[in-house]
Formats: sequence, C-alpha cells, structure tokens
Amino acid sequence: MSVLPMKRVLIVGMRPDRKKMLEFLQRRGVLEITDKKGAAGEEEDPLFKHIDVSGQKTTFEKNVTLATQALSVLDSVYEGKKDDGGMFAGRKVMSLSDYEDKASVQEEAMSTVYELNALSKRLSEIQADIPKYEQQLEALRPWAGFGEALDFNGTRETKAFVGTLPNEQTQQMILEQLGAQGVDADKVDISIISASTEQTCVMIVSHNKDAKEVEEALRHMSFARPAVSGGIPARMEEDTVKRLSELRKEADETREKIKTYGEKRELVKFAIDFFTLRADKYEVIGSIAQTDKVFVVNGYTTAKEAAKLENDLESRFDCVIEIEDPSPDEEVPVALKNNGFAGPVEGVVSSYSLPGKGEIDPSTVVAIFYYFLFGLMLSDAAYGLIMILGCAFILNKYRATMEAGMRKTMQMFMYCGIGTFFWGAMFGSWFGDLPLVIVRTFFNPEADFSLALWVEPTVEPMAVLGFSFVVGIIHILFGMAVSAYMSIKNGKPMDALFDVGCWYLLLIGAVGIMIGTDMIQGMFGLSFVMPPALGQVFKWMAIIGAIGVVLFTARDDKNIGLRIGKGLYGLYGITSYLSDVLSYSRLLALGLATGVISSVFNSMASMVAAPPVIGVIFFILICVIGHGLNLAINALGAYVHTNRLQYVEFFGKFYNGGGKPFTPFEEHTKYYKVTE
Amino acid sequence: MSGLGLFFAILGAALAALLAGMGSARAVGMAGQAAAGVVTDQPDMFARVLILQLLPGTQGIYGLLIAFVTLLNLGVIGGTPDAGMSLLKGLAYLGACLPMAVVGYFSAIAQAKAAVASIALVSKRPDQFGKSMLFPAMVETYAIFALLISFLALLGVGNIG
Repeated sequence: MSVLPMKRVLIVGMRPDRKKMLEFLQRRGVLEITDKKGAAGEEEDPLFKHIDVSGQKTTFEKNVTLATQALSVLDSVYEGKKDDGGMFAGRKVMSLSDYEDKASVQEEAMSTVYELNALSKRLSEIQADIPKYEQQLEALRPWAGFGEALDFNGTRETKAFVGTLPNEQTQQMILEQLGAQGVDADKVDISIISASTEQTCVMIVSHNKDAKEVEEALRHMSFARPAVSGGIPARMEEDTVKRLSELRKEADETREKIKTYGEKRELVKFAIDFFTLRADKYEVIGSIAQTDKVFVVNGYTTAKEAAKLENDLESRFDCVIEIEDPSPDEEVPVALKNNGFAGPVEGVVSSYSLPGKGEIDPSTVVAIFYYFLFGLMLSDAAYGLIMILGCAFILNKYRATMEAGMRKTMQMFMYCGIGTFFWGAMFGSWFGDLPLVIVRTFFNPEADFSLALWVEPTVEPMAVLGFSFVVGIIHILFGMAVSAYMSIKNGKPMDALFDVGCWYLLLIGAVGIMIGTDMIQGMFGLSFVMPPALGQVFKWMAIIGAIGVVLFTARDDKNIGLRIGKGLYGLYGITSYLSDVLSYSRLLALGLATGVISSVFNSMASMVAAPPVIGVIFFILICVIGHGLNLAINALGAYVHTNRLQYVEFFGKFYNGGGKPFTPFEEHTKYYKVTE
Repeated sequence: MSGLGLFFAILGAALAALLAGMGSARAVGMAGQAAAGVVTDQPDMFARVLILQLLPGTQGIYGLLIAFVTLLNLGVIGGTPDAGMSLLKGLAYLGACLPMAVVGYFSAIAQAKAAVASIALVSKRPDQFGKSMLFPAMVETYAIFALLISFLALLGVGNIG
C-alpha cells in the first residue's frame, strides 16, 4: 500500500553516446524524461540548444503508418496462421542481439511495405473500375441489335437521331406525338431498336432540311442521347466484357501476389515496432538540451531503481549522474506498488485517478471491499469457480509473456471469482437453482432442498437487503476512517476529530436509534429488545455528534451567525449519507438478477427435458447457452457497479486523486519487446 | 367479472417485459449506431464500445426478471393459474410491476444517451474507458431501485388472501 518514492535524475552524457544511451534507457523503461522542447520564440540558451529532429521523426512516424497499413492489407487476404498469440499472450521477447541483427533488414522491410501498399492501391483501383464497366455493359444491353455506331449522326443528306424516349412506345405512338408537335409523318423514318417499360430506344432519321424541326419536336418529347457513346454496340459490348474479365483476372492475381508476402508478415510487424522505437527516441532527442560535446537528460525514476540505473549507466557510458530527492513543492509523477492481493486493483484506482499530493495509495482498502462487493453482486458459486479456473488457466498458460496490465486484470477477476464463489455458496446458488431443477426434472419431482449455507435471497430478500445496508454502512465508515487517518498523517488532527469524529458519533447514534424502532425491526424481522440504557447511549451519541457538526463544520469562520448557519447546512448533509447507504441495495438487486435469470434458463431447460436422450441434450444446450449469457452480462454488471460503489460512495469520503501518472521512456511497441 | 384479477396480474407481467424491453431495445439500438460509427474508423475499439452499447440493455433483463417472477407467482409458469383471483390482488400485482415497467423504459433511454456520449468519449480518449463506463452506470442505479421495489412488492402481494 504505497506510492513509490521518486528521485530526480540528471544525466550528462557525451554526444557520441547519445543514441546508444537513449536506446538503453528506452529498453530499461524506468526513467520518465521531463525535458520539454523550448516553445517557439522562446530564447535559447547560447550554449545548450535543442536540435530540430522533427523531420526524421515525421519520416519514422510515416513509416509506422505505412507499415501498419501494409499489415492490414496482408491480413485482409492472408490465410495462413497468424501466430499473434491472441489478446493474452503479450509481446514476443526479442534479445538485443537479435534486434540489432534484424535492424539491418529495415530496408528490405520497408520495400516490402511499399510493394504491399502499391499492390493494395492497384487492387482498390481495379475494384473501383469493375462497377464502372459493369454499368456500361448494363447501359449497352438495350442497344444490342443496333448495327450503327451510337454516335451515328446521319449521312450527307440525312440527319439521324439515336437515343431514348421515356416509357414503352410503338412507332405509331411516336408518330402521333411528332404530329402533335407539327412534324408530318412522311418527314421521318422511325426504327425502334428495343422497348421496355422504362424506355424505348429509337433511331429517327430525317432529311437535313427537316432536322431542326424534328430535333425541336423530339426535345419536347424528352428525347435523350444514349448513356454510353462511341462505336457499334455489339463491338463495344465485346470490348467491355473482355476488359472486365481482364480486370477480374488482374484482381485475383494481385490478391494472390499479396498472399505470397505471407512469410514477410513478421518482417512488417518488426518494421512497425522498429520505427515506433525510433520515432519515440527522436522525440526525446528533440526535447533534450545539448551542446556540441554533451547532452543533458532530466527526469524521474523510482527510488528503488535509482541506484541500479546509475550503476548500469556509469558502467556502460562516460557520463555524470546526479540523483537527488525532489523538492516538496514539486509535482512528482505517481507510481503505485502493492502486494499480490492489492496490486490487481491498481487499475481500478488509476482509472479513477492516481493519488494526489499527500494522499495515500487506496489500493489495499479498495481491494478488500472490491472482491467482497463483486462477489456479493454476482453471487453464484459455479460462476465463481468458472472465473477462478478460467483466469488461473490463462495466467498459467501465458505466464511468460503476458503484459503486466493484463496480468493484473486477470488476477483481479480471479480474486473476484473467489468472492463470487464464497457468496454463491452462502446463498446456495450453483448455476442458480440448477441442482434442484436437475433432481426435480430427472429424478424426483417432489424433491425440495436448499444448498444455502446462510439464506436464499429469493426466499428472504429482506434479510439480504438489511445485510447489504450493513455492508454499506461499514464501507462508508471505513472510508471516513481513512480520511481521518490521512488528516492525522498530514498534521491536521482537528480535521480528523471534527470532520470525521462528529459524523461518526452522529451516524452510529442514528443507526442505533433506527434499529430500536418498530418500523425497522418489523421490516427486517428483527426481534430483540433494545436495552433502554443502550438506547440512551445512541440517543446522546447522535445529539452530541449533531451539535459537533453544527458548531465545527465551518470552524474557520469568524462570524458566529454564519458559522452556525453553515454548520446547519452541513448537518443537512446527513441526507447524502442516507442515499449513499440506500445505494448499496444494488448488492441485493444484482444478486437477485443473477439468481432469477439463472432460474429462468433452468426452468426453460426443464420444459424441454421430457423426451429421453434428445431431451437431455436440449437441457444441456439451453443451460450452457443461458448460463454463458447470464455470466457474461452479470459479470459486466457486477464489475461496473462495484466500480461505482468504490468511486462514488467510498472515494467520495476520503479520496480526491489528481496525481500525474509515472510514464517512463519505454518501448511502446506492439509486437516485440526488446530486452538487454 | 371473475378472472379479471388474473387478467390484471398478467397485464402487470406483460407491461414489465414490454416497456422495459422496448426501452432497452431502443437504447441498445441508439448506442449501437454510435458504436458502429466508431468502429468504422477504429476497428480495434470494438470490444470497448460493445461493452458500452450493452450497458443500457439491462433494463430489458430486469423487466424480464419481474415478468418471470410474476408469472411464477401466478402459476402461469410451472403451475395452475388461479382464475378466481380477487380483483384487488390482480391490481396489486399490476401495481407491483409498474415501477419496473415505467422506470425501466425511461431509464433505458436516458442511459442510452449517456452511453452514446461515453462511446464518443472513448473514441477520442481510449484510456478513459474506465470512467466512461461510470456515466451510463449512474443512470442504471434507478432501474435497479425500481427492480428492487417491484421485486419486494411482488413477494408481499403474494401474501394477499
């Protein structure tokens, strides 16, 4: 349970060592570099300058983009085994010597990348062309029997109009329409090439001297030139068909060609990582100050790593290293370090916010309640076992290469599985009521038993609801206790006494009084008599606490009236404690959701179980699908709502966060991890 | 008029499944559209936006749950329904189902709006996934409260003579 202490590090190295040393730091990944490139227009130190490497950096980043693109091109057609290991496997470890050997093939890698991208570009051109030709073929179809070129204009003495008229029309109809426009039937010769409900393809020939008149009339009849123009339709169709088959063939060939790059997949992956590393390195080179002879790196490292880092650097390079404690008003980056029990929930804490200045690392207290609350919400022993075994299997199978973040997540769900198993056993839920359903369906319809070690929430929901509230009260009081602890640690014992102590008296007193009332006793089926003396104790605790809250909430205020007023307003805050506690009713509700949905699927399964053999198969099938679905949806619900209880109800009492995460200069690669 | 009690009780179950299911269907649809938009540009965001899309789907499940418990209590599932149920008892069943039905519908849609916004958040800041899940989850609290009240009320209604 701790925030790791940090050290300030100053390294002065020789220019010739610059790249080697930065690469070494990148592989070690324990130093956060804080140097920033001077803002534009800022006056440069005459001696220490920043060099502009944005050109190189951009080139490397472009290479990363190109290589990533090439990989996706390859993957879109590649059918071989991909050997990426899936989401759990993590990056492949590569030794430094292997890396240095491979670095020499970057030329080859990039030419592969260029070739792949060129092929992909050609493929997409072809794929854009094919529909164009298909369209043309479609447009030529109505003109199939036409023996002239589509742009045929007529002879020396005549004018020909080749085109389409709307709707299906006969020669007679066209003549009538022309007549209506004042064109006599003997002035034109009409041949109909094809007619469909949408359009009629025609060639209308007239003498040159009548051409104008005819053209005018046709315009009024919505005459249009053919969508395709050019030569004789039959020949054009032949050409288009040929072109299409050529294109299709080329597309197939291009795809085949891309497939042949399959064995270079690893090389492309390497190129992505290689240029990512270099781009990151150049980012740093551009941000550090350097002279002609030396360069300076400023940063933070954890106290634990500091001495080792100093040793490693000094044994490898000519350099000067200064390590010192950061000054108290510095904003130091935050890294958390916890044991195996609390470490897994660090992700939960950091996705809220890392501890700010003077705050403790809440991981341990979060962990205790996290596994407990998650278990209470999912609460099914069999689901718990599935989670434990599943996570343990994955953790074991990929133990060598799994990334730290994924490992912690898996461990967290494994511990959550233990909580789920525990509460499932307490509530007697094994795949819901599956054991009972199986016995009733296949053996004895009259059977009735309960596997619950404590109570069944569906039978006695009020008992579990009361228990949920008790859990909530403990959780909230615990959060307040942590707040008091932090106040004392930071030298403000008065805050602990007034802001937490008074509320403790008030809340515990209030809960005590409420337990004594008939209403609460009736609600939760309690049946003990509160001894009058104890009742008096609770009463006075509440009164003293309330007076304390009124008097001391605004204790810095000089004006007595204002101070009491603010105190009264502070007392009103008790409603928020009430709603906080009520919020824990979700513990019961989500538990019920798991249990009842399980029994929905179980009873669906039992309805189809009647016919022998087939019935059993359907029974098992429905159970597997149903419980798979139920586990997925309710594990998601339990995860989200456990986070909510931690973030809102629990952190609200003591934790603000706001710490800046420790982001060491390291390998942000996707596929390979280069190690010393 | 006999049998009207049973009718109202089944109406309650139907409303719980109906309204909450409708709400969740609309809600998951809305979030799905947003999620699909994100995946067009960032296919690797699929798992994250899918989870966010699923969040407003729980109301439908809670509605199903209340409907199922009601039908079980009535004996419509796994028993023989009591055709002579009093009108009072039937209406009481209907009343017990209403919180889940009504709150289920409206909270699903409100939650979908939060989920859509969270999907947009995750598409720009993938590292904020943890927080983005919380915003829709805040809305769900009220569906959970409704579920709890409906469930407790159903158990009590069963004891009416």
